[in-house]
Amino acid sequence: MSGPKRAARGGERTPGVNDFAFKIATVNGTGSASANGLLMKTIFRMGIPVSGKNLFPSNIQGLPTWYEIRVSGEGHTARRAEFDMMVAMNPATYERDVREVRPGGWVLHDSSWPLPKELRRDDVTFLGVPLAHLCNERFDGARARILLKNVAYSGVLAALLDMDLEVIDTLLTETYDRKKALLDSNFEAVRLGYDHAKEHFDCPLPFRLAPMDETKGHILIDGNTAAGLGCVYAGATVAAWYPITPSTSLVDAFTGFCAKLRKDPETGKSRVAIIQAEDELAAVGMVVGASWVGARAFTATSGPGISLMSEFIGLAYYAEIPAVIFDIQRTGPSTGMPTRTQQGDLMMVAYASHGDTKHIALFPAHPGECFDMAVAAFDLAERYQTPVFVVSDLDIGMNDWVVPEIRWDDAYQPDRGKVLDADDLERIEKFHRYLDVDGDGIAARTLPGVHPKGAFFTRGSGHDRYGRYTEDADAYMDVVDRLDRKIDSAVERLPKPEVHMSGAGAKGDAPASAASAGGTGRAAMGLVTIGGCRSAVLEARARLGERGITADVMRIKAFPFGPEVEAFLEGYDHVFVIEQNRDAQLRSLLALETEFPLDRMVSVRSYGGMPLSAKEVIEAVESAVAGGGEARHPADLSAAAETAEEKAAHPSRRRKRA
Amino acid sequence: MTHIAKPKVRHPSLPKNAIGLTRRDYEGTMSTLCAGCGHDSITAAIIQTAWNMSLQPHRVAKLSGIGCSSKTPTYFIGEAHGFNSVHGRMPAIATGAQAARPGLTYIGVSGDGDSLAIGLGQLCHAMRRNVDMLYIMENNGVYGLTKGQFSASADVGTKAKRGQVNRQPPINPVLLALGLGATFVARGFSGDKAQLVPILEAGMRHKGFAFIDVVSPCVAFNDHEGSTKSYRYTRDHLEAAVEADLVLPMAEITTSYDPGTAREVRFPDGSSVRFRKVPEDYDPEDRDGVDHYVRARQAEGEIPTGILYVDADAPDHVGTLDAVDRELVDLPFEDLCPGSERLEEVLAEFR
Repeated sequence: MSGPKRAARGGERTPGVNDFAFKIATVNGTGSASANGLLMKTIFRMGIPVSGKNLFPSNIQGLPTWYEIRVSGEGHTARRAEFDMMVAMNPATYERDVREVRPGGWVLHDSSWPLPKELRRDDVTFLGVPLAHLCNERFDGARARILLKNVAYSGVLAALLDMDLEVIDTLLTETYDRKKALLDSNFEAVRLGYDHAKEHFDCPLPFRLAPMDETKGHILIDGNTAAGLGCVYAGATVAAWYPITPSTSLVDAFTGFCAKLRKDPETGKSRVAIIQAEDELAAVGMVVGASWVGARAFTATSGPGISLMSEFIGLAYYAEIPAVIFDIQRTGPSTGMPTRTQQGDLMMVAYASHGDTKHIALFPAHPGECFDMAVAAFDLAERYQTPVFVVSDLDIGMNDWVVPEIRWDDAYQPDRGKVLDADDLERIEKFHRYLDVDGDGIAARTLPGVHPKGAFFTRGSGHDRYGRYTEDADAYMDVVDRLDRKIDSAVERLPKPEVHMSGAGAKGDAPASAASAGGTGRAAMGLVTIGGCRSAVLEARARLGERGITADVMRIKAFPFGPEVEAFLEGYDHVFVIEQNRDAQLRSLLALETEFPLDRMVSVRSYGGMPLSAKEVIEAVESAVAGGGEARHPADLSAAAETAEEKAAHPSRRRKRA
Repeated sequence: MTHIAKPKVRHPSLPKNAIGLTRRDYEGTMSTLCAGCGHDSITAAIIQTAWNMSLQPHRVAKLSGIGCSSKTPTYFIGEAHGFNSVHGRMPAIATGAQAARPGLTYIGVSGDGDSLAIGLGQLCHAMRRNVDMLYIMENNGVYGLTKGQFSASADVGTKAKRGQVNRQPPINPVLLALGLGATFVARGFSGDKAQLVPILEAGMRHKGFAFIDVVSPCVAFNDHEGSTKSYRYTRDHLEAAVEADLVLPMAEITTSYDPGTAREVRFPDGSSVRFRKVPEDYDPEDRDGVDHYVRARQAEGEIPTGILYVDADAPDHVGTLDAVDRELVDLPFEDLCPGSERLEEVLAEFR
């Protein structure tokens, strides 16, 4: 592997071969997505780990949009907030874009028009290419010129970064397989930029690409596509949904895969029902209805949708009906920033709906886990007859990640849970829907229309263990206490946290395997995180290690928390809880659901809507370490103390041990 | 007391239907509604209809939302699968269940609060999708369980028990259904079982969303002088606008029809509705004409009842999904999971 050059100390890193980041500023709706996709895939096909973050507006056409590409031979996939180069294609955002490049970096811009003097910087190198002029001369039609201008900057980048033109050629051929004219014009646009750069600049730049072999056995995929594929493989037959960013592409992917993989070969008809509902309330209602008759059914939504679905989620919890719900989180509250990412729904999904409820939730960290957890969610939902959330976010769901190839074990059989079929019912004397016959908190269910003895009344109103309506205190508590036991008992089948203990090699997080790694020794410091923060936290751990600060990492994968979570926490005087929301929701959940005290958890939060970067984590940890013996984030000291006092005054807030 | 099981009394001479069941077999638990409640009469009509049709009890799914009307599914067909869902959201449950298992008979029971206020959106979309189900809206103009507030079907000028007068114009469910493109629109009266039973049966045989507005007086909160949903007012203003017989496949036709006036609308199962008495120029398949007729009768202070409109040809929701004929819940996993070999092909796109 070509080792990246590294500065001797501090956070500053000089970019090197296969270790740099650049950002592309364009206008929404001008075809930049295809150009950016082409760049991503070229780098991926060159065998080099790459990650892309699409920062797009809530808009169809006209507003500024950015795409960040990070190349990391070490395999770090987190957002890198420092940019070695800016591809400034949008005059409307020149000013801020130019400002964002690190000192000593480069700005590639369209020099068809002069760049205003006030935007110049002395500490960066400006590379001007008259892209608009070049494209206007070469291509006809206003639309084609705009679209191909974006392809042309890819060509410039290909020269500057030493991309493999053959790979680009192959990719364009694959994309425009049946559209010869498009293929020709796209490749011509690439050559236009490439040749211009070769002629006018000293190519390649000091940072560049060099082929590797690190993406073999990997795919470049977004989480929503992987989750949609997971639903196909899990055998989901009903999807009901309402369009909402950033979850829409999950159902779109499912629909696309079903068109290929779920057609009856003889009739051409679909082995699936995909229903676009009138709103999220109806969407989840349809899922509950379909699950009630025995289908594997799911919906995909985002935070606002979960708010609306909460009523039905409570019904499904109480009436014990499976439901799989994908929450692709975006920035809240309310409409918030629909195209920015956040982990703001953690508390909501844990206890969604009124009354005493608690839900199983899975937290994928990358697209590979979106696939696996989609499948697991259906098994869990049917096993425990309850709603199960797969809590992803915009960054995981909509951005392309390099992940190990998705695998499928043909021996897999769905866990349909305890469902009595006609023969079972024939054998038993009488069926009682909510009677815990096996003593494991799970009562058998029946499906409508299967057998006369299986009939029962499903209701969200108070019911006893026989399924009868009740307003009797004991009969009511008998059922809700069992539900509590049932959900808590699910931890035995939930994914265990991913733990990295000291002694482990501090190699990049991806494309390495997701399995727990490392030695058994404990570092002085524990970092706790969840979901897509994983990549930034593991990178931070590696960087901190280089500076002599060792830290262990636990990445939580499921709720309710298993005993492993508390065992990890107990190993440290203080832990850092790193998450992407304002209110430290993961820390609150840990305080509520474990015996580990709140004042020993230092919160590190990033909630501006951007994917977490390692830098933010490193800064928080370093400032805490510099601050004294106790590993605390100074900003949180007073808050933590306050909460501790408050808690002492209200001991009842301490929840029972899960 | 929270639920009352009905004592099983077997009388050897009770008549049996084609599958050997008595009417008693289609009953549920004891009603906990007020004595004289119109809803109980509708329950009785449902029981009669299910018995007439020899429905397999366990092949019936009975669903409801929240409210007095929505309690009634426990009072009929005890061996059917029941689902008392959340307020105004029964159509979503029915839609999802129906998509996955279309072979069951779906009976939805709702009220005017459940359907026209909190659940208006879902009702509209179930109509729009033409979900294959019988949807009975038990219409009494008030919220009973919360003690007598006006509902969205209360007429202007109608007086509440405590004296308030309603000033908000009502949503007329029949006109709403006609306007939204419902494929089966009927109105009945809980006090006229003879008319209601054939309407219910026709609704069940209709392949699509059969919407039946049943005026069903609330004896506790809306059966007084000044109410337009009382027994008395309804009896005085009810007008059997359309009289129709249900003709079953292979059944002998015993009614004689005046050749010029009889019309017939056929359902996919071979049965048909034969309209015996219709006003001059009335065409039950002409949506605009029916709409015009209902408005005109209403302007005269009448409440036209009967099977008012039928479109037996529109595809139902499942028909629009392009799904395989076999019920989705019955598809074996092997037919659903593409397996590892196909995965290889799929992943090629992402390499």
